[in-house]
Amino acid sequence: MNIKKVTWGVLSILILFSLILSACGGGEEATPAETAAPEEATAPPEATGKQVEVFSWWTGGGEAAGLDAMIVVFKAQNPDVEFINSAVAGGAGTNARAVLATRLSQNQPPDSWQGHAGQELIGTYVKDQKIEPLNFLYEEQGWLDIMPATLIPLISQDGNIYSVPVNIHRANVLWSNPAVLEANGVTTAPTNLEEWFAAMDTLQAAGVIPLAMGEQWTAMHLMETILLASLGPEAYNGLWDGTTDWGSPEVKTGLENYAKALGYTNTDAGSLSWQDASQLVVDGKAAYNVMGDWAQGFFQELGKQPNTDYGWAPVPGTSGTFQFLSDSFVLAVGAPHRDEAIAWLKVAGSKEGQDAFNPVKGSIPARSDADKTLYNVYLQSAMDDWASNTVVGSLAHGVVANDSWKSEIDTALGLFLADKNIDTFQAALVAACQSSGPCQ
Amino acid sequence: MITENASLKPAARRRLNLGKYAGFFLVLPSIIAVGIFVYGFIAWSVRVSLSQWKGLTPDYTFVGLKNYINLFSDPRFMVDIRNTVIFTLVFVLGSLTIGLTLAILLDQHLPGEAFFRSLFLFPMAISFIVTGVVWRWMLNPAITADRLSGFNLLFHNLGLDFLINQWHLTPTWGIAAVALAAIWQMSGYTMALYLGGLRAVPDELREAARVDGASELQVYRRIILPMLWPVTLSAVIILGHISLKVFDLIIAVAGKQLPLDVPAIYMWQTTFDGLFYGRGASIGILLLISVAVLIIPYLYYSLRSGGES
Repeated sequence: MNIKKVTWGVLSILILFSLILSACGGGEEATPAETAAPEEATAPPEATGKQVEVFSWWTGGGEAAGLDAMIVVFKAQNPDVEFINSAVAGGAGTNARAVLATRLSQNQPPDSWQGHAGQELIGTYVKDQKIEPLNFLYEEQGWLDIMPATLIPLISQDGNIYSVPVNIHRANVLWSNPAVLEANGVTTAPTNLEEWFAAMDTLQAAGVIPLAMGEQWTAMHLMETILLASLGPEAYNGLWDGTTDWGSPEVKTGLENYAKALGYTNTDAGSLSWQDASQLVVDGKAAYNVMGDWAQGFFQELGKQPNTDYGWAPVPGTSGTFQFLSDSFVLAVGAPHRDEAIAWLKVAGSKEGQDAFNPVKGSIPARSDADKTLYNVYLQSAMDDWASNTVVGSLAHGVVANDSWKSEIDTALGLFLADKNIDTFQAALVAACQSSGPCQ
Repeated sequence: MITENASLKPAARRRLNLGKYAGFFLVLPSIIAVGIFVYGFIAWSVRVSLSQWKGLTPDYTFVGLKNYINLFSDPRFMVDIRNTVIFTLVFVLGSLTIGLTLAILLDQHLPGEAFFRSLFLFPMAISFIVTGVVWRWMLNPAITADRLSGFNLLFHNLGLDFLINQWHLTPTWGIAAVALAAIWQMSGYTMALYLGGLRAVPDELREAARVDGASELQVYRRIILPMLWPVTLSAVIILGHISLKVFDLIIAVAGKQLPLDVPAIYMWQTTFDGLFYGRGASIGILLLISVAVLIIPYLYYSLRSGGES
């Protein structure tokens, strides 16, 4: 018995140590890759070991299909590089970003990851020196002439460009079911909030869900579009740079409009994903849904036809304004496979890569030289608006507020959804801007 | 074995001596691991909770109890406390009641006992995530006639329309609906605890009581239930600490929405979505203290009574 015990004990200690050693070895392997680059000529060829890890939250629907299409382009151009798709599921990337934050705080970054252009990148990753400037890539590839001038300042800080935008999405889109609207006598499209509310009164009286909404982040999405409709683009932009007072009567009016809009939503919003909510519209169970234009890719997947199964317009009161968000890819400081990551970013910014990704995902390219014939009727209209409208950023999707500020707004919003107290809500928003935003 | 021992006698004696220390060395890795990964990290969390760390880069500037004081004026944390209290009361009382009832029924030595014992115990083998996904469907809160599903549809088909409700989306009390799923999962386990306790009550005691003219109800009230107190205490401790730490079940049933927020979810969101590491750590420490308040007196009690017997 004793012999056995001791043998097992020694064995288990050996196993434990070998595990520890192999764990340490894994960590050491990463560092030479970085420093080995200058010695490449003398180093033995390692053609088989090339890989690149790309992190995203594109795991379903048009998003995953678009990513796959871009990976195909990457593999065609870099046949010897193994592509590691580290995608984490969860709406608007809430789960993925928790995973990413952990990896970054342990200094184990993926080579490149998806980030929303704007303050989500700048306020979080640039400030903590987690991503490299990419000016060299923009100059080398000539992207500065091809990507929209209004986009560059939003992905830059102090003249440094930090990410490669793959696509442009529009947040302020009102999706509708033409058949449901017609059946209930709503024939003219509402052009401002008052007309929209009047139309929804009619629909509610007829027993239709006027406005489909899902879980909490979709409530924030609705809030930002209604604030934009109430305040106008200039005052809305001022909310985020500190020039519009969060405590002002105008903001209060905006919040009252938001509270009113919430009165038209389905009672089970808290239990639905954005897909569930958007699907209520194309299934004819709800009349309207405010959601970004990725919903259009989802409708395509469901086999629905534009203009017959679903219609679209800017959210009433926001016509002429393009509330945008952009998915972009970054280069990690200390990326384990830096050269391969740069190769990935070149594909992400190329015409070929963007024209592979965007028609499938249901977004428009960040480049202005894309092939319009590849895009469907909705996306072509969005491309025209992108070129002509006033551009503002989205809150729920990381353009205008840093992560801390956004999370404080989210908490205030959650409390508001439960108690519907506008004064408390406004006071909490003022406090959030003071603690984590530009307000003093 | 005997022949082996006989032939290796001198060597075995030397190994026996070695065995004294071998025991210690065998446990040493776990002692070190527990020391680092449990107590070391508790100490580190305390340090973070007393700092102003916000953002991805650690910032250990000492701010005293500021994070803790702020939490107690934070309306979201008040929602968390309310939800934890409601969840704990519903979950612990529900599991105890159902567990005890099932145990008493099973203790009647009826046919099929083994089958039902396993049946009631099975939910415990499932993870809270799986339970949550199934209950998310059953607790579907849609109340309009064309979108009913789960329990609401069942009530409608049975003509019990007055029972149709919003489940976890009910204001204030929604968390109690999630507790139903937890009761379903853990009442079988509570039953097993009670059944063990019931089987430990000597038949002589029951028979003596019956001979003395006690009714069956009196046998349970005066003899058996008082003898089950230690089991109830253990069950309350086990269920109570599960309830204080609940996280996965709520996420699976309802996602992250503030009306169903609990401290563990707030901790996760504020740390990883909002990058408020100092605040997140102080919520973690408060959770630890609340569990410790429950567990330490129990450990003290059971170690002391264990020593006496």
